[in-house]
Amino acid sequence: MSAREEILGRIRRAVAEAPEAPEAGIPRAYRTAVPCDDLAGLLAERIADYRAIVHVVPVALVPARLAELAAGKRIAVPDGLPAEWAGPAREAADAVLTDPARDELGAADAVLTGCAVAIAVTGTIVLDAGPGQGRRELTLVPDHHLCVVRADQIVAGVPEAIARLTPDAPLTWISGPSATSDIELDRVEGVHGPRTLEVVIAI
Amino acid sequence: MSGAGRGRGSVTFIGMPRSFRENAAEAMQDAQLGRNLRKATHTIRGKRARVVEELPDWAELREAGRAVKDHTLRHLDRYLLQLEEAVTRAGGHVHWAADADEANRIVTELVRATGESDVVKVKSMVTQEIGLNEHLAAHGITAYETDLAELIVQLGDDWPSHILVPAIHRNRTEIREIFRDRMAAWGRPAPEGLSDEPAALAEAARLHLRERFLSSKVAISGANFMIAETGTMVVVESEGNGRMCLTLPETLISVVGIEKVLPTWRDLEVFLQLLPRSSTGERMNPYTSMWTGATEGQRFHLVLLDNGRTGVLADEVGRQALRCIRCSACLNVCPVYERAGGHAYGSVYPGPIGAILTPQLRGMGSELDNSLPYASSLCGACLEVCPVAIDIPEVLVELRARARHPRSERMAMRAAGWLLADQARLSRAQRLAVRLRRLIPRRLPGPASAWTDTRDLPEIPEESFRDWWERS
Amino acid sequence: MRVALFVTCVNDTLFPGTGRATVSLLRRLGCEVDFPAAQTCCGQMHVNTGYRDEGVRLARRFTEVFRDYDAVVAPSGSCAAMVREQYPRLAAGEGGGFAEAVAEVAPKVHELSEFLIDVLGVTDVGASFPHRVTYHPTCHSLRGLRLGDRPLTLLGNVRGLELLPLPGAEECCGFGGTFSVKNPEVSAAMCAAKVDNVLDCGAEVLCAADNSCLMHVGGMLGRRKTGVRIMHLAEILARTEAT
Repeated sequence: MSAREEILGRIRRAVAEAPEAPEAGIPRAYRTAVPCDDLAGLLAERIADYRAIVHVVPVALVPARLAELAAGKRIAVPDGLPAEWAGPAREAADAVLTDPARDELGAADAVLTGCAVAIAVTGTIVLDAGPGQGRRELTLVPDHHLCVVRADQIVAGVPEAIARLTPDAPLTWISGPSATSDIELDRVEGVHGPRTLEVVIAI
Repeated sequence: MSGAGRGRGSVTFIGMPRSFRENAAEAMQDAQLGRNLRKATHTIRGKRARVVEELPDWAELREAGRAVKDHTLRHLDRYLLQLEEAVTRAGGHVHWAADADEANRIVTELVRATGESDVVKVKSMVTQEIGLNEHLAAHGITAYETDLAELIVQLGDDWPSHILVPAIHRNRTEIREIFRDRMAAWGRPAPEGLSDEPAALAEAARLHLRERFLSSKVAISGANFMIAETGTMVVVESEGNGRMCLTLPETLISVVGIEKVLPTWRDLEVFLQLLPRSSTGERMNPYTSMWTGATEGQRFHLVLLDNGRTGVLADEVGRQALRCIRCSACLNVCPVYERAGGHAYGSVYPGPIGAILTPQLRGMGSELDNSLPYASSLCGACLEVCPVAIDIPEVLVELRARARHPRSERMAMRAAGWLLADQARLSRAQRLAVRLRRLIPRRLPGPASAWTDTRDLPEIPEESFRDWWERS
Repeated sequence: MRVALFVTCVNDTLFPGTGRATVSLLRRLGCEVDFPAAQTCCGQMHVNTGYRDEGVRLARRFTEVFRDYDAVVAPSGSCAAMVREQYPRLAAGEGGGFAEAVAEVAPKVHELSEFLIDVLGVTDVGASFPHRVTYHPTCHSLRGLRLGDRPLTLLGNVRGLELLPLPGAEECCGFGGTFSVKNPEVSAAMCAAKVDNVLDCGAEVLCAADNSCLMHVGGMLGRRKTGVRIMHLAEILARTEAT
């Protein structure tokens, strides 16, 4: 008998006498929508709690702010990054690496991307490898991740985010810079992932 | 607690075959360990309490989490088959392993097929449970742990002592020594003049592992959740070592216990709220990776592991332990864990959850495993914080009923039962105690000295309550 | 109101003063108190140490002894929790009408402070006790029965009593029944932390709704010659004159 059949058989015998636990009996009385009248403000506050850098910027001023942030850096950008973000970065940066291969990633000081969804309550940005977000390694190897969030991408809580996302493409949920508390429970930002997370919230 | 006999050769911790009491008593001799544990558990306990307090619907989330897990376990066969189909459809390969040996063999073969002799690993309880690193080493494959705490444990030739923070028993000075003395044997040496600041130690780990991440061709992980509906795997982490391992290598092998499956994508809306707040005491952990099948050109293998879980599932009372999402909140509030430390439990699963899981997975044959259900005062703090409402005290009491009891205790308990079975007997014994009350010494010999070594006995009163009632 | 006193085996044998205080308090509040003499023990020690069969025999006896009463009062959070929480589980696998008896009796069993506040509706029992007191909420009262602030409400209304907050109050004292002798090193360390907290808060008297936990902490308070006394909640609530 294969391990597969053996395990499935054991499971069936194990639960044969167990009480029913129907799907319909799962109580979902928790909040699936969190009321919030200032999503951008809450998101900014919660991201900052993780000691990430946050800029809340009117949409019209985003290109100028990105130019300022990109100045003097070698910036990696994914394919499909909106022209109004990529353009100013391209002009101000020392160099721009578009969708660089892995061996070029080490040369980038920072990476500039958009995101798919942002969660205000938890201060989370979610990347789904869509246009303007790139392969997962793009936002992992460079030490500085610059991420632009549009107001319409912000939801209040985790259930709203799950409802907007599908797992067809790989998802990366990011809540602050890389961190560890493995030494005496002292939180240290920056181990293997980007040590600086900088989020521009366009309102 | 370090050194002698603590080899890397077995799933059961070598050098820890004694009872929990003896292990705990020995650990308590180490004052530094005591301070490390106290500071760490109290810090994280406070953080958890604050972020749980923030959510007005915590009780409802917890109830949903419990119910989703119970439903899944009741129909585990169906959801595993659905998962297998979804993962396969997405280009992944699914393997089934009935026990540790089979899982180890499968993983070793998969690594061999790549021609590689080094693998990087994401922190995973289940691969420790099956002794995967040791098995790989015996077949010429070196597994490099990449989580900071696991790195500390691996370099120190040590055992993890906590689910979330495996090196919780080490302080910064000890960690600096380990890095300075041992990093060179495993790869890039520690920087010159390394300080014991946590930031400097984290930087040393970053430098030590960076090249290895970029060059490794094979990674091994566990998973926090698997979604049957979509075939999606979820790994929750903090440092980015997980993202490195899950993203960069050409081949990814995930070894996951069968109880980690969840039915639907939507179920994550519950568990991604319960887990981070219970575990690290954060609103959300820094990184969560989700992938479905073969992703971005990777080869993906999923090894589904039983290794005793179906035995637990068959147990009417004990099966609730399979709801566990390994958050470690129960460890952090447990007054016994706080004193004894994780090694005393002699298993990768320490603390209250370990005290109910280990005897069920391994059986209660050894003296240690037989003593684990007694490693609790039944204070109930673990149940209160458990995000999936595992009634740990209930399972402990159930396991105690199945434990082997010492002969002298059996006799004493039988005598007490006989005495209490009849009020006249009880009354006679009470009167006898009253007559002998002046003869009872302050310190008692034998087993009762366990009490009187540190605590006075109460004085026997001049008459029992029932005699007073009778008289008045 | 006619109530049955379940005094508990520990109180009966070692702390009869708590039983007497409970009787005098309940009578003062107009209750007619009965003490069914056939009572012995709820069976908690046996069940929690792994001797289920002996425990079930004692539990059956308990349900038979108290079945015909409207209300049962126990000056012990732990024993009340045993009956209300663990009996139904014990009964699940047993025959002989035990489950029915448990379903009938368990809901009628009240810990003292629950009975005073929830059943009698009294928060001021007219007691007087001019001393500095701290209260240890004991695990089975706090997390089992969820007594909440009931005992503190009652103590707060005692004349002259200064109630001092106990640091780390919700932490276990390390008694745990046979845990205290099966794991004495850990148990004693937990007890020592409790003792330190009691001394830190400056109380003369440590109060709780469970004499087993008080016996444990009191044993170390005595061994260390701290001078801090232990007193059951019932004994403070029964006091009417300044002492």
